[in-house]
Amino acid sequence: MLNRRSLIAAVALGLAAIAPATAQEKSIVVSSTTSTQDSGLFGHILPLFKAKTGIEVKVLSQGTGQALDTGRRGDADVVFVHAKAQEEKFVADGFGVKRFPVMYNDFVLIGPKSDPAGIKGMKDVGAALKQIMAKQASFISRGDKSGTHSAELNLWKAAGIDIEKDKGAWYKSIGQGMGAALNTASAGNAYVLADRATWISFKNRGDLAIAVEGDKRLFNQYGVMLVNPAKHANVKKDYGQAFIDWLVSDEGQKAIASYKINGEQLFYTNAKDPSA
Amino acid sequence: MPGDVSAFDLVLSGDPGLYAIVRLSLLVSLSAVLFAALIGVPAGALLALTRFRGREAVIVVLNAMMGLPPVVVGLAIFLLLSRSGPLGSWGLLFTPQAMVIAQTVLVAPIIAALTRQTIEDLWVEYREELAAMNIGPARRVATLVWDARFSLVTALLAGFGRAAAEVGAIIVVGGNIEGFTRTMTTAIALETSKGDLPLAIGLGIVLISIVILINALAWGARRAGERYAG
Repeated sequence: MLNRRSLIAAVALGLAAIAPATAQEKSIVVSSTTSTQDSGLFGHILPLFKAKTGIEVKVLSQGTGQALDTGRRGDADVVFVHAKAQEEKFVADGFGVKRFPVMYNDFVLIGPKSDPAGIKGMKDVGAALKQIMAKQASFISRGDKSGTHSAELNLWKAAGIDIEKDKGAWYKSIGQGMGAALNTASAGNAYVLADRATWISFKNRGDLAIAVEGDKRLFNQYGVMLVNPAKHANVKKDYGQAFIDWLVSDEGQKAIASYKINGEQLFYTNAKDPSA
Repeated sequence: MPGDVSAFDLVLSGDPGLYAIVRLSLLVSLSAVLFAALIGVPAGALLALTRFRGREAVIVVLNAMMGLPPVVVGLAIFLLLSRSGPLGSWGLLFTPQAMVIAQTVLVAPIIAALTRQTIEDLWVEYREELAAMNIGPARRVATLVWDARFSLVTALLAGFGRAAAEVGAIIVVGGNIEGFTRTMTTAIALETSKGDLPLAIGLGIVLISIVILINALAWGARRAGERYAG
């Protein structure tokens, strides 16, 4: 068989091609939310961190629920998400070492410009949600256990609505990321809760616009945690902690605050606020 | 269409990110096809030439496995390779290697099933000659595979098509990490979720063009080979 030799060569080439990249040694895996990645924040700050420390950060962009689960399984070194109660549970359960507050932005209630529920400009997000339900206006829920999804569920609860019981055909749970939820809302002229960073950087807005913003219940805090090396020995604790230390340092905080799209600041830093 | 323009711009501007993505896509899918062929071609040929109890059932299952759902395969490989899984110590989750493993699992049944059919058809044709040659099963497999080598290119291309097009498995085991495990299909999924539909369509057009190019090259190689082999 004349091509036995070429077959062996091809296999060797294939094996070489997929051999672990050598540049991989000084790197960490950070499981984070779609908002930090899709908004372009990581694209802005990670090169600065790498220039200073030489550590490459590999970002998994997942919903908060999934990102925490990735950390729980030991498949990430650092978890950077936005759902304070779940983060504190993550640390209390021993999966994370310590939670550090990093930054915040806010959620916005997005809806079609035609505003079928008549909520545009309302200052009370609870009243706005009640009206959406009363008018049976289409509403898209992430339904994916993300930080935004749990924020949405908290808002319904705060408005005195048991959404599990009261939802009807108008309430569609799509089980997907923020971008997909915005795409769905844009296609179906529905209301949707979004984090402001993803909204600002989202390109397929169609007929959507901000309907309600500025209610202090729409506050959205981000925190970062090192996955507990005592649970998972593979965690790169030195590099991971270096990343966390940098995020909460003056330099890291400045880098985050300086990220803007069209002159609009996307994240506000508050690492020094112990109650955040 | 604006999509054409932005993808076109990307290609023309020689965007290094785009080339890295294309390179990784090809590397992962071609490696997977290679490994799947090493498993699937001998396995399919052996299945074509041997008779045993339950063989029909094996063939039915093998044919059905051509339609394995990528996301299920991805999830199974994910659970195996996760740090909390049985093979966690290998540290392969969220690497290109994990993507090759997942795609090999997806592609191997396609190549095996198509090889089985091709070889079995050929065997019906040459049964008596081979019987007269009085050779063992291993030689029989080798002889028929060699004889069918040009037809088997189609099986490899079907496998490559599957690998190049799928996103469900590699996004789960690769994690779509920028500059490391982001491929054409996962980049398209990401741009869609960011609402950048023109860029997503543009990347899709680039992907389809590359798949057509690979198929054209394979076709040309097959033609040249046939002519050479007379």
